Amino acid sequence: MTLTLTNIAKTFPGGVQALLPTDLEIAKGEIVSLLGPSGCGKSTLLRMIAGLETPDAGAKIVFDGEDVTRQSVETRKIGMVFQSYALFPNMSVRGNIGYGLKMQKLPKTEIEARVNEVIALCRLDGYADRAITALSGGQRQRVALARAMAPRPRVLLLDEPLSALDAALRSQLRDELALLLRQFGITAIFVTHDQNEAMAIADRVAVMSLGEVAQIGTPEALYRNPATGFVARFVGDAMPLEGRIEGDRLHLPGGILPLPGPARGSEVLVRAEDIRLDPQGPITARVETVTFLGTHYRIALSGASDTLLIALHSGLSAPQQGENVRLSIAPEALLILPKGVAA
Amino acid sequence: MKSLSKAIPLIVTLLACAFLLIPIIQSVLAGLTVNYFRGLSSGLTLKWVARVLELYSGSILLSIWIALACLVVTLILGVPAAYALARNPGRASRVLEEFISLPLAIPGLALALALLQLYGTLQGFRTSWTFILVGHVLYTLPFMVRSVLSVLAAIDLKVLEEGAASLGAGPARRFFDIVVPNALPGILAGALTVVTLSIGEFNLTWMLHTPYLKTLPVGLADSYASMRLEVASAYTLVFFVMIVPLLMAMQWASARAQRIMQ
Ligand SMILES: Nc1ncnc2c1ncn2[C@@H]1O[C@H](COP(=O)(O)OP(=O)(O)OP(=O)(O)O)[C@@H](O)[C@H]1O
Ligand SMILES: [Mg+2]
Repeated sequence: MTLTLTNIAKTFPGGVQALLPTDLEIAKGEIVSLLGPSGCGKSTLLRMIAGLETPDAGAKIVFDGEDVTRQSVETRKIGMVFQSYALFPNMSVRGNIGYGLKMQKLPKTEIEARVNEVIALCRLDGYADRAITALSGGQRQRVALARAMAPRPRVLLLDEPLSALDAALRSQLRDELALLLRQFGITAIFVTHDQNEAMAIADRVAVMSLGEVAQIGTPEALYRNPATGFVARFVGDAMPLEGRIEGDRLHLPGGILPLPGPARGSEVLVRAEDIRLDPQGPITARVETVTFLGTHYRIALSGASDTLLIALHSGLSAPQQGENVRLSIAPEALLILPKGVAA
Repeated sequence: MKSLSKAIPLIVTLLACAFLLIPIIQSVLAGLTVNYFRGLSSGLTLKWVARVLELYSGSILLSIWIALACLVVTLILGVPAAYALARNPGRASRVLEEFISLPLAIPGLALALALLQLYGTLQGFRTSWTFILVGHVLYTLPFMVRSVLSVLAAIDLKVLEEGAASLGAGPARRFFDIVVPNALPGILAGALTVVTLSIGEFNLTWMLHTPYLKTLPVGLADSYASMRLEVASAYTLVFFVMIVPLLMAMQWASARAQRIMQ
């Protein structure tokens, strides 16, 4: 299903502008992630698509050419996975998964067959008749997904579906979820504040900040060509290089760094993996901490910029704490972005 | 020394129990003896119990009838009220909850007087059992509302309902499929409380009753006032047999609801 949002905004009673007017188009079968820090309006946007929140006047929500703006959540034929799963404690796993089908008044045998089908897909065989309270967190998460998918919704909406799980399980289920969503072939919108989750699951990521979509694109596009400093910081943890720009040179406390071109009034950022330890490099810095992470070292450096810089170093040995080192950064690895854009 | 410090609380407890139980046992025995003044030596009999059932069966049935009617009314009013309060937490709900609970703070007598003042002149209503029912509903409704509300407040009702709505369930379906089943422990505890209180209620009912409409406790007072002691005592026995199992069930249901809430 294609989903078109036009001029969708939300002001809560009391005046909180949770979402500024936003347009968004999602193609059939596409998985889009809404990524952003806490309070930026991700859930609000998702809940308006679901019909759980009413957008401000002037908004238009279209599912496959059908205007659903005024439709209630019950009639929109969406599937929703909640952060807390919202499984019904008074029903078994089977009861939960079959509930949406029961609402569609399907014949008993068909409900049975379709519930079994989803149970198999979500690897819940053997748990069908359990009580919800007798399931682990990961199993509950899969029941929530199965319940949302059983009625074959037009679009699947997921609000931080993995955040209630512990870290190890989360990264495992992340890949599973990505696979399942692709198998279902469903159009899905997925809210998260974890960039790794967004990049692992989504075809396109909408990075949100302060009630607006700062940039939308494939994970790769966002990483390589962030539109703003915020996006660069949020996707790939870019660090600002704070110094004075003169023509095509950046004067840092630790030395002068060549830029790919004149960059007046811009902000310069760099990612940890692009900082090289290089005896011929133009910048000096002091090693503050060294952490061995197996495949590489994580080195915190002071003196090069006003704030600490993190470098990832993948040699066989690393400099010692307190040592002075020289750094180089390839000009094309620098992210040069307009300054003073909040979002 | 140690055994003494353990023994003293035990003795105190036993004394307190005896203090409470002896009059009850005495009363029950009085209802079963042939002649109370001659004591147990006069022999045991069920004559007085039979007499009570014969004389006061109307009161017993009326009490059960009113209790059941009261239960139906408090269910119909109380469960949706508790649901509305749980769904809209806030100052207004707080105030409303206190308002519903107001009859608890007012003596039954005052409540009865207010009802008499307001409706006493409506002859048909004044002399009907529904007049007593209104009093009982006013008195027991807060117990139903609070019991259901405390269970509903402990579950994330809003999200559960949003989940059901996203699956296509309208408001009525959500109420009966999600709200009621999850509130069931609270509803059960509330229901037993309502029935127990209604059957045992005296203050208010005594003010509202007419000679033709006596409930179980009003009949009890009547029997002590106008019957021989053995009959009144047998009445106490009948009363116990009815109310004690209810009380025990109520305790059990409340404990269960508590357990589900935490
Ligand atoms: N019902 C509400 N009434 C008033 N303000 C609200 C309401 N719901 C959300 N907000 C506000 O709207 C803003 C956006 O909220 P939203 O829940 O969409 O954020 P989010 O991006 O999902 O954050 P999180 O990652 O913490 O879930 C926040 O400032 C929040 O306080
Ligand atoms: Mg949220």
